[in-house]
Amino acid sequence: MPNEKKTCKTMTQLCEKLDKCEHYQKFAKYRDHILSLSNDSLEKTIAIALSLCFVCAILVSIAAVALRPLQIENKALDMKKNILDVAGLLQEGTDINDAFAERIEAKLVDIATGEYVDGDVEAYDQRKAAKDPAQNVILTKDQDLASIRTRAKIAKVYLVKEGDVVKSIILPVHGYGLWSTMYGFLALEADGQTVQSINFYDQGETPGLGAEVVNPNWRALWKGKKVYDESGAVSLGLIKGLVDTSKPGSEFQVDGLAGATLTSVGVTNLVKYWMSQEGFAAYLAKVRTKG
Amino acid sequence: MSDTKKVLTSPLVENNPITLQVLGICSALAVTSQMSTSLIMAVALTSVTACSSAAISSIRNHIPSSIRIIVQMTIIASLVIVVDQILKAFAYDVSKQLSVFVGLIITNCIVMGRAEAYAMKNPPMASFWDGIGNGLGYSLILVIVAFFRELFGSGKLLGIDVFTLTKDGGWYDPNGLMLLPPSAFFIIGCIIWVIRQWKPEQNETPDFKIMDIAHGEGGHH
Repeated sequence: MPNEKKTCKTMTQLCEKLDKCEHYQKFAKYRDHILSLSNDSLEKTIAIALSLCFVCAILVSIAAVALRPLQIENKALDMKKNILDVAGLLQEGTDINDAFAERIEAKLVDIATGEYVDGDVEAYDQRKAAKDPAQNVILTKDQDLASIRTRAKIAKVYLVKEGDVVKSIILPVHGYGLWSTMYGFLALEADGQTVQSINFYDQGETPGLGAEVVNPNWRALWKGKKVYDESGAVSLGLIKGLVDTSKPGSEFQVDGLAGATLTSVGVTNLVKYWMSQEGFAAYLAKVRTKG
Repeated sequence: MSDTKKVLTSPLVENNPITLQVLGICSALAVTSQMSTSLIMAVALTSVTACSSAAISSIRNHIPSSIRIIVQMTIIASLVIVVDQILKAFAYDVSKQLSVFVGLIITNCIVMGRAEAYAMKNPPMASFWDGIGNGLGYSLILVIVAFFRELFGSGKLLGIDVFTLTKDGGWYDPNGLMLLPPSAFFIIGCIIWVIRQWKPEQNETPDFKIMDIAHGEGGHH
């Protein structure tokens, strides 16, 4: 193989060059000096510690930088999967990217006015914006039902479309439970009143108790529930125990999570907050009037 | 060659890191509710143990004894971060399920134990095989535990229905305990019992002997 020989030759040339290089000679000399020292000498201890850190740091950085594009892609795909899931469009074998491109449209909404705003929808990160003083609103104690301290001025909502007709609206919601801020999506039908589904994709509640917010059986209980009562107040929330469907008002109630009172309260509060005037009420009112 | 074989096979049963040395129990409890997560965890731990043992062994003659544990930890931690990054890039769903437990390989006693007990005294290749062997011993127990927990806890194996659950119109009522970490304790306990019945030499000699009352002192009757 002539090619191999050539590489070999350049390698030897390179090595020879390196051997002649003054700095390398100095380095080699110092390396031999260090290796010849006793293991317990102070100089060797420090030299070994530093060079080990150097090698490990390079290894870790290479892995992190080289794999980053793949990881970002995975994250984006996972987010799309969550959105399709809450929209009820996720079946086994669905191509996530295709289904998302076909059925879902992302839009930016100014929470205060409820109007759509222009902007780079793809790149907008509401979670980052909520922490950025230029893009967030600091909530007062009275306003801060969901214990989130600040919220972004602009929210990223998703419209589920069938042809040109909007079938449902997916709103990003989050709030504090027992241990963690729970991030999720609430999908409402086009009337801005009937719940289609809810989905928490990032939470750190107690496994088996509060973390049951991800349980499909519990999530199925939300379907068909109503958000606002006749006076327009947010009535949807979790109750203690099971909902008695024969009683009036049961359309505003969802079963609480057994053994997870504080998580249940957190879920109720975050729904109340995000559906209120502080949250998406203005936007939903606009959606209803425009049809 | 026979040496390599011995290094590889003895940790499977005779000197198993979980059942004999009782190391690495924490992750054996945490990730074994499903076969798929425990298989990934097994592969991750085996590769970390093998690579870290080989790396530590190759510089063992130059590790200052005063910072030896920190040197081992640094190497192990770096490898664990690399494995974590690889999982996040190529097996995102699994890495989400394993969450903190990949990071916790750093504190898995098996990795540190092999580094300190074997890699500090043996050449790199032998240490590499020792790491693989111990990783396989850990994997074996993990897979057995996960087999029972997934089968009896959710009626599935690797996500495929084996027993149809009553809630889906089948006959099997799942055992909820199997989904909780303590059930792994019972299963590991049973495995240890079976192995010690089979290989009685693994039984520890008792620390003390219960006194026979008839020959003991202190009786005033």
